[in-house]
Amino acid sequence: MISAEKYTSLGELLRDSVIQWKTETALIEANRKQETRRYTYLEVKRAAEPLARRFEDAGVGADSRVAICMGNRAAWPISAYAAFFRGAVLVPIDYKLTAREQLTLLGHCQPQVVVTEWSTYQDWPANSAPIAPHVYVLDAPKGSELPPFVERWEDTPSDRPAPTFVPRARTDQATLVYSSGTSGQPKGCMLSHDNYLEQYRTLIKLFPLVVGDRYFSILPTNHAIDFMCGFIGPFAGGATVVHQRSLRPEFINDSMERFEITHMSVVPLILEAFERRVREKLEDESELAQHVFEGLKQLNAALTVRGPRATVSRRLLKPVHDAFGGHLKVLFCGGAYVDRARAQYFYDLGIPVVIGYGLTEAGTVLTVNDLKPFRPDTVGTTLEGVELEIRNESEDGVGEVWVKSRTVFMGYLGEPELTREAIVDGWLRTGDVGWLDAAGHLHLVGRSKNMIVTPGGKNIYPEDVEGAFEGLDVEEFVVVSSGYVWPGGKIADEMLVLVARDPKAGVDLLAEVTAKNQRLVDFKRVRGVLVWDDEFPRTASMKVKRDVFAQQLRGARQRSAVVMLGES
Amino acid sequence: MSDENTTSRLLDLAAKRFKKERSTLTADDDMFGKLGIDSFQAMELLTDVEDEFGIEIPDYELKGVTTFSALSAIIGKRL
Repeated sequence: MISAEKYTSLGELLRDSVIQWKTETALIEANRKQETRRYTYLEVKRAAEPLARRFEDAGVGADSRVAICMGNRAAWPISAYAAFFRGAVLVPIDYKLTAREQLTLLGHCQPQVVVTEWSTYQDWPANSAPIAPHVYVLDAPKGSELPPFVERWEDTPSDRPAPTFVPRARTDQATLVYSSGTSGQPKGCMLSHDNYLEQYRTLIKLFPLVVGDRYFSILPTNHAIDFMCGFIGPFAGGATVVHQRSLRPEFINDSMERFEITHMSVVPLILEAFERRVREKLEDESELAQHVFEGLKQLNAALTVRGPRATVSRRLLKPVHDAFGGHLKVLFCGGAYVDRARAQYFYDLGIPVVIGYGLTEAGTVLTVNDLKPFRPDTVGTTLEGVELEIRNESEDGVGEVWVKSRTVFMGYLGEPELTREAIVDGWLRTGDVGWLDAAGHLHLVGRSKNMIVTPGGKNIYPEDVEGAFEGLDVEEFVVVSSGYVWPGGKIADEMLVLVARDPKAGVDLLAEVTAKNQRLVDFKRVRGVLVWDDEFPRTASMKVKRDVFAQQLRGARQRSAVVMLGES
Repeated sequence: MSDENTTSRLLDLAAKRFKKERSTLTADDDMFGKLGIDSFQAMELLTDVEDEFGIEIPDYELKGVTTFSALSAIIGKRL
């Protein structure tokens, strides 16, 4: 493994890694059911360095911005490496955003070069002003008519001299990442080389990625988790990254098996899809087989109570492990609140789900569950080098999470005011609310803005309450604070409102909510219900965009539209 | 272009896969709401569609598609 300490920039680390691991497989691309392309680290170098020269010829140098806006594929890390080689600031843009959102972000950061792919590029208006001085598009059909500032990515000239490497200092900016969880105004987080190198150093101690490991990259690579675990981490350790063009569950399963996937990051929604597949498989089994399975699951849970034992689990629950490819060592899960029952379910099956907590403003992760022992109820303990404090805590120890770490970002681009609000005396105010238990594990209960205060002075966070309504017979639901959606009333009148989309026909929604409400202590109960027809706005990591949604609700409905639940 | 025959075959597939009464589905329904499915399940439907029509539709074409008629139009383009 390449040690982070001796490098001053990501470009330097990557430049060494492609030489160090030259014969190892770096990248595998699969299209549905078959492998389409494979790169050794040497081949990555041979693809990336001419591209770095092309960037150089296009005027890219220290602090120029290079934006990447495309799905997960080999060209992503190849282009990113080329950008870092030239000392540029990488701007990863979420390919799942709408064209308008993408163009807003590109307009905000004014990159020198944009790398994108045909399917994305086609959604951008054709005759508008140049998006950037240079746009390189993958998969553009040969002979397609392109404006003068647009070229095919594949047409990188091979006869140019070698590119000049541009060194950077640790304190220099490495990336500009637009944080997803926030308001309509773009918020570009500036992260330094030191932020990443330090994150890599501490994370890799806990979860090494080495030669022979195969990481399946399905979360968008612009996402902090995938950027670290599906790009920097594997490159530094000589592991292999597998990309696949289709994210359909059956193809994901096929690939996990075919490529013997050992590591993967998911969001709770994907974990849910996995659980459904396991349960569906079981339903097809006879009753006897189901009993045997349940027994084995319990036995496995008993045997692995102190920590995961992969061989035990794999032998006992072979059919389940086969469904995950049979080689999985770690399933990272973060990005949103993980349902603890679901995490426990997978752990009992012998699939080690590692729950972590982080935010773009603080690198990849701040706290992580180290599986010693497994705790589905928390987001784990702090990583080495992370100081975490609960500030402004209430009597019961719940307060805002503040952190200090070398992974804390440099600030928001062009927003000194926002930056001053976020970083106070070297401490990052995360805006998340939680408490620390005796073992030093962090429990998250919500966001500081979206909350209600009960007449008894208790703070209630809607996110904390949502778990009670799992399994509600609706398309999707979210719990919001009425004061957050319709500000201006009396604090004493604030209440939690469950917003449900498309209850299934024949469902008595009010009765169901009332029934599930009973799981909660009285002051945490939802008081009203609102039915909503449109899909909830979500971020790339599938979190509901609460602020955007609150605005939509406010615009479309009066507070009086909330149907109050009868007292029970 | 969405034609009635394509849409009708699509609705048959959706009803079958998600065990819904065929008569309750119409072209302008929101797929996710009506079928009670998430985006991952919608992608499973896409696989059925490909098998039935003998075409291949990349995942990204589903971006922004919510109704059966919109999906039908995408199928129509490839027939």
